[in-house]
Amino acid sequence: MSTATHKLLRGATGDWEMVIGMEIHAQVTSNSKLFSGASTTFGGEPNSHVSLVDAAMPGMLPVINEECVRQAVRTGLGLNAQINLRSVFDRKNYFYPDSPQGYQISQYKSPIVGEGEVVVELDGGRTATIGIERLHLEQDAGKLLHDQSPSMSFVDLNRCGVALMEIVSKPDIRDAEQAKAYVTKLRSILRYLGTCDGDMEKGNLRADVNVSVRKPGAPLGTRCEIKNMNSITFIGQAIEFEARRQIEILEEGGAIDQETRLYDPNKGETRSMRSKEEAHDYRYFPDPDLLPLEFSQAFVDELKAELPELPDQKKTRFVADFGLSAYDASVLVAERESALFYETVLDKLANRARDGKMAANWVINELFGRLNKEGRDITDSPVNAEQLAAIVDLIGEGTISGKIAKDLFEIVWQEGGDPRALVESRGMKQVTDLSAIEKVVDDIIAANPDKAAQVKDKPQSLGWFVGQVMKASGGKANPQSVNDLLKSKLGV
Amino acid sequence: MTDLTSLTLAEARKGLADKTFTSLELTDAHLSAIEKARVLNAFVMETPDQARAMAREADAKIGKGDAGPLAGIPLGIKDLFATKGVRTTACSKILGNFVPTYESTVTSQLWRDGAVMLGKLNNDEFAMGSANETSCFGPVGNPWRREGSNTTLVPGGSSGGSASAVAALLCMGATATDTGGSIRQPAAFTATVGIKPTYGRCSRWGIVAFASSLDQAGPIARSVRDSAMLLRSMAGHDPKDTTSVDIAVPDYEAAIGKSVKGMKIGIPKEYRLDGMPAEIEKLWTEGAAWLKAAGAELVEVSLPHTKYALPAYYIVAPAEASSNLARYDGVRYGLREQGKNIIELYENTRAEGFGAEVRRRVMIGTYVLSAGYYDAYYLRAQKVRTLIKKDFEDCFAKGVDAILTPATPSAAFGIGEKGGADPVEMYLNDIFTVTVNMAGLPGIAVPAGKDAQGLPLGLQLIGRPFEEETLFSLGEVIEQAAGRFTPARWW
Repeated sequence: MSTATHKLLRGATGDWEMVIGMEIHAQVTSNSKLFSGASTTFGGEPNSHVSLVDAAMPGMLPVINEECVRQAVRTGLGLNAQINLRSVFDRKNYFYPDSPQGYQISQYKSPIVGEGEVVVELDGGRTATIGIERLHLEQDAGKLLHDQSPSMSFVDLNRCGVALMEIVSKPDIRDAEQAKAYVTKLRSILRYLGTCDGDMEKGNLRADVNVSVRKPGAPLGTRCEIKNMNSITFIGQAIEFEARRQIEILEEGGAIDQETRLYDPNKGETRSMRSKEEAHDYRYFPDPDLLPLEFSQAFVDELKAELPELPDQKKTRFVADFGLSAYDASVLVAERESALFYETVLDKLANRARDGKMAANWVINELFGRLNKEGRDITDSPVNAEQLAAIVDLIGEGTISGKIAKDLFEIVWQEGGDPRALVESRGMKQVTDLSAIEKVVDDIIAANPDKAAQVKDKPQSLGWFVGQVMKASGGKANPQSVNDLLKSKLGV
Repeated sequence: MTDLTSLTLAEARKGLADKTFTSLELTDAHLSAIEKARVLNAFVMETPDQARAMAREADAKIGKGDAGPLAGIPLGIKDLFATKGVRTTACSKILGNFVPTYESTVTSQLWRDGAVMLGKLNNDEFAMGSANETSCFGPVGNPWRREGSNTTLVPGGSSGGSASAVAALLCMGATATDTGGSIRQPAAFTATVGIKPTYGRCSRWGIVAFASSLDQAGPIARSVRDSAMLLRSMAGHDPKDTTSVDIAVPDYEAAIGKSVKGMKIGIPKEYRLDGMPAEIEKLWTEGAAWLKAAGAELVEVSLPHTKYALPAYYIVAPAEASSNLARYDGVRYGLREQGKNIIELYENTRAEGFGAEVRRRVMIGTYVLSAGYYDAYYLRAQKVRTLIKKDFEDCFAKGVDAILTPATPSAAFGIGEKGGADPVEMYLNDIFTVTVNMAGLPGIAVPAGKDAQGLPLGLQLIGRPFEEETLFSLGEVIEQAAGRFTPARWW
């Protein structure tokens, strides 16, 4: 494993180092809310998924949803983190109409998951290890609607009470690239685990980013928190902007105010939202409506045994079993759906050991390349795993050449169909019949006596003959046979 | 048929079963008594139509022979319990005309067992008070008066409406809640029986919360047996309240009349306060003697952290209350006082909707949970709470079955007499009862005698967790020895 070297920012007084920590809010995948039976379905009519508990009616009490607890434990295991067999729910008190109880039920001093770590992939095969400080369960808030009335704001409580996991990193992140890689990796792990769908557009995964700067080796600087980021690209932009803003202030002899800021992607800048002085006193205390959350090690072990294979394990296996490069393997495992596609291709291959690596190249270069170009997702790929496996089989067994395979891929992409049947019906089979190839070779040599005579002195012109033969055979001649034949006939 | 209201619940049950009278007759008798007793201000909402409908239904079931254990028994419900379709306010302006779409677990169990609802009973606003003077519907009158005096006295609180209504024979029993003494102190002030069961024995679901870790529902009734009958229906595990405990509910009535011979009764020396009225001291000694005569063994015990209980209680309870009452913000239900922006709406609504005592406790609670004060107040109070609990555990570990104390440091006092200048004067009413809530134990208040002015006084018995039966057995011994007390009707 290569350790990361991170980016420093050059200022007027020299290099500056960024210190970044993140709090990621990930919506737990569950049918019902953290403390009520109301549905978590997205996009319902306003206030159609609201129970008496969510609306904080008098005398209502929260009851923990055990599936949310299991999801948090699974996530903790996926982050190689300490699972706390006893944790405590606290009330975070503040008034806002999106929080009907007047407090959010969260975990403050005793979270369900403790320290862990995540290895993230960077450009050029570098990696960085980012520490996890903790993960805790808490309630999401409702949504205010300001566009329904000229004089009033409305509130939609559908999301209110949905379970969130707040995943807090250690301040181990050192530049925007690492920050983006961290969110990408975390999102990937959550999606593999099935504990959060990672849909950032819907706000199901959002990040608060803490940024400070310092001269390398100096003590930590004062940080600012950029709230509610829901795009990996914007996270990178916001960090760069914020770090430069801080450096400018410091280099002019100023001091950083600890504050909460918002990123405006249109202007590409962060703006102050509230200062430390305006910060709430949340008056945390243990929620007396809920007993401490306790479970056994056996409960954890059971969940651990059922855990799916995670991206890092998959990557290692792909490298070891099929000889993939570390880079290719990480491209394949980055998204759960991509890995699943590749593994389905593997399943369908006639000879996995021989063609596994070639299949990876085809998935990455041809399929992903084409999907990217057309802005499509692997889940609606026109070429399915079975079809791609058939194409790879056809190359592997020597029925078609790589070049023909690309044409075949194009046909399957455009028209669909069984690749093997298409090769038959359209006569795309590679010609391995030596006498047939030999005839073509002889014809070409006969037609180009001058060039044939030159080959002995200029061996590189052999390529010209190969090209001519392939062209004449419609690309179906086996390139190796053509090469061998030409060499013997021309005496090279 | 006018004296139908003077029956105990047990007597009424027999009369109904024997078809001596119907539930409708019994219910009408109480409805008429309620109408004549409006000066007491015990009921804040009368539901005669609903009562008669429920009574008819009960009569039909009794006729068919499938009557529940409380079939046809008319009860009053403290306004802290959510009642479906019936206004529920916790006697606070802030809830306005709030009508729940749901029924509290405790009351739904009473209706399941056939009881009849007469209406909603007055209480201190959000159960914060010891005299029922903080209700937005005005104070409740105690049916008891000092001999030769026309001064209206308080019935205690916060379940003042419940105690007054039961003592004045307006209902056969009532639901109540107890956070620091709100069942036992009013019971003692009105010569009724009140039991606060073990924390977790009754579901808190659908009861307007005051302090979640201390709140517990229980009955106020005319006799120990009646209270046992009511608790049996009220108690039980509820998956909707995770602090309720999954232990089978025993037949509490079976404990009535059971021998107390050989039971060890602790007399805690710390409850002997300086300046305690001689008649309270005398009552306590007398109560101990009755239990001894019934075969119990008396032992002096020590509960060394008792003196810290009241101050610790007045940190923990307001802290939880400040958070529990945050939901009354004018946004979704109840009172709304408009403002220029959301902050003003909150401020105007809460200033207008909460009474002075509630505002005081919200302020105290907010203060003790604030950054920089949390450790000094809230955390320390929780440590004290642990020590108080341990005091009792040590005591029970030495074989003590129950602890006998006075229920209150005095008899009922006049409306407006206490706490006007110094709220602590009012808080001291709960000096003997708060420890029990802090430790989560069951406690029963039983009428035991009268003071020199003819006002009732009560004794308290504190039991081991989930051993309410012991309290019923012992309580009945005191009841038998002291006799029953009924106020002279003046209303």
